[in-house]
Amino acid sequence: MRPPLLEVEHLSMRFGGLLAVDDLSFAARAGEITAIIGPNGAGKTTVFNCLTGFYRPSIGRLTLHRGGRRHLLERLDGFRIARDAGVARTFQNIRLFAGMSVLENLLVAQHAPLMRASLYSIAGLLGLPGFRRAERAAVAKARDWLARIDLLARADDPAGSLPYGAQRRLEIARALCTGPALLCLDEPAAGLNARESAELNRLLLAIRAELGIGVLLIEHDMSVVMGISDQVVVLDYGRKIASGPPADVRRDPVVIKAYLGEEADEELPPDIARDLAGRG
Amino acid sequence: MAYFLQQLINGLTLGSIYGLIAIGYTMVYGIIGMINFAHGEIYMIGAFVALITFLVLGVVGVSYVPLALLVMLLATMLFTAAYGWTVERLAYRPLRHSFRLAPLISAIGMSIFLQNYVQLLQGARVKALPPIVHGGFTLMQSDGFSVEVSWLQIGILALTLALMAGFSLVISATPLGRAQRACEQDMTMAALLGIDVDRTISTAFVIGAALAAVAGLMVTLYYGVIDFFIGFLAGIKAFTAAVLGGIGSLPGAMLGGLLIGLIEAFWSGYFSVEYKDVAVFVILVLVLIFRPTGLLGRPEVEKV
Repeated sequence: MRPPLLEVEHLSMRFGGLLAVDDLSFAARAGEITAIIGPNGAGKTTVFNCLTGFYRPSIGRLTLHRGGRRHLLERLDGFRIARDAGVARTFQNIRLFAGMSVLENLLVAQHAPLMRASLYSIAGLLGLPGFRRAERAAVAKARDWLARIDLLARADDPAGSLPYGAQRRLEIARALCTGPALLCLDEPAAGLNARESAELNRLLLAIRAELGIGVLLIEHDMSVVMGISDQVVVLDYGRKIASGPPADVRRDPVVIKAYLGEEADEELPPDIARDLAGRG
Repeated sequence: MAYFLQQLINGLTLGSIYGLIAIGYTMVYGIIGMINFAHGEIYMIGAFVALITFLVLGVVGVSYVPLALLVMLLATMLFTAAYGWTVERLAYRPLRHSFRLAPLISAIGMSIFLQNYVQLLQGARVKALPPIVHGGFTLMQSDGFSVEVSWLQIGILALTLALMAGFSLVISATPLGRAQRACEQDMTMAALLGIDVDRTISTAFVIGAALAAVAGLMVTLYYGVIDFFIGFLAGIKAFTAAVLGGIGSLPGAMLGGLLIGLIEAFWSGYFSVEYKDVAVFVILVLVLIFRPTGLLGRPEVEKV
């Protein structure tokens, strides 16, 4: 069996008296979509923030295996996590470079290889052929992604002028342009309508199938979680209360209780019962 | 008419110098939201490095003027850029995550330190440089007034244009410039895409210092006298230029520099030389009251 892509071991994150993440361990594999779910405030985004260097974990080890090397994420600087370990992420509230063009957003994501190719921009200024080739390749890659997410026609518009759903897709494409090993998506379906949400599912499944990278997904929309994830980790008050394939997790009484409270096992509100049981 | 033309040429020359310094203010402000009050001193150091290089060249025996100027230009840019890098590394980076005023206070301290450092090492007396670039031509003559353009003025304008064009190219079309713009908008996000933010900020200081160094060289050649205190006034005027153009906007800094130079020249030419600084700072006050975003600036967007 190949080693997992990401190993989270005994991760704890404490803010003063609050234990936001409590002794969390799980693994995510390449070529799989791992969903992290849980009620609001369960510590899901905190896990992402630890993975991407926003927070230094109080305790725990985060190991990413890439190209036969082990990267200990909790010890790396923010930009090295992206550049060397290959972790890319998107945000709950979209963070595109609103003033730059759509195409440039994707070029910024390819900064590290372009910088090497341009000898820190010196070759770029002189217009040397090596740099021009690299720049052309970067633009081609960006345009490929724009075609995939149906934004090719708006390549030169400022990213901030795109509609909401398109901004979400662009943010995912930008994360992918960094050439990541692990893609962390924080509520990518938030604010999308049913059609856009279905499109997103297709995009994520295509990413998994074609790129073979690991995807870590925080999501509230159960139709997305149940529909596309290979593994689900359920958090409640920072602790892992269940994990496994989606079919098992949604039948787990502990999970149902965490989502609905103590009295809820008497009678579920119909829409939630449907979400938990049906749509997968 | 002839008199007007003469003031226009003088103003553009002066404005080039302010514009080159103003770029450094606006770049640093754009990327880390801080006014680098030591930037005027960086320009002063540029002037001194130019002078020292000239003296060294004299000792070595280089007397071919174009070669001497080229060596002066390169040496000044290189050494002053090293100062810019060091100042950022020592005085600002350790305070990056401190409270907002800390780097500003550190900048003022750095400014005072650099003034005294040069005063101590080079002496407080005014240093004079014999004119290196001689000559010029008479552009036109009317009413007994002749419009003189010196080769030096042509050189200053041409070099400024070339540098500004090259600089715009760097910012708009190279990965380095893209990283600068990305960090300007969202530093955290830039880091998450693998951009080394600390290095990008250092680069902004290095580029700003190199451009200010050119301004220092130009002033040394143009006026022929420098002292350890020239950075203060020139720095504040260039800052005014950056604010007038819209701080954070690079074309704004260039435009603001030229306008401040022109205002100063015309005020000296038509009203009084004594009050030329007052005219410039009245502009600063008016801009801050009536158009705080400057001519080409965008309103501040609150960053999360």
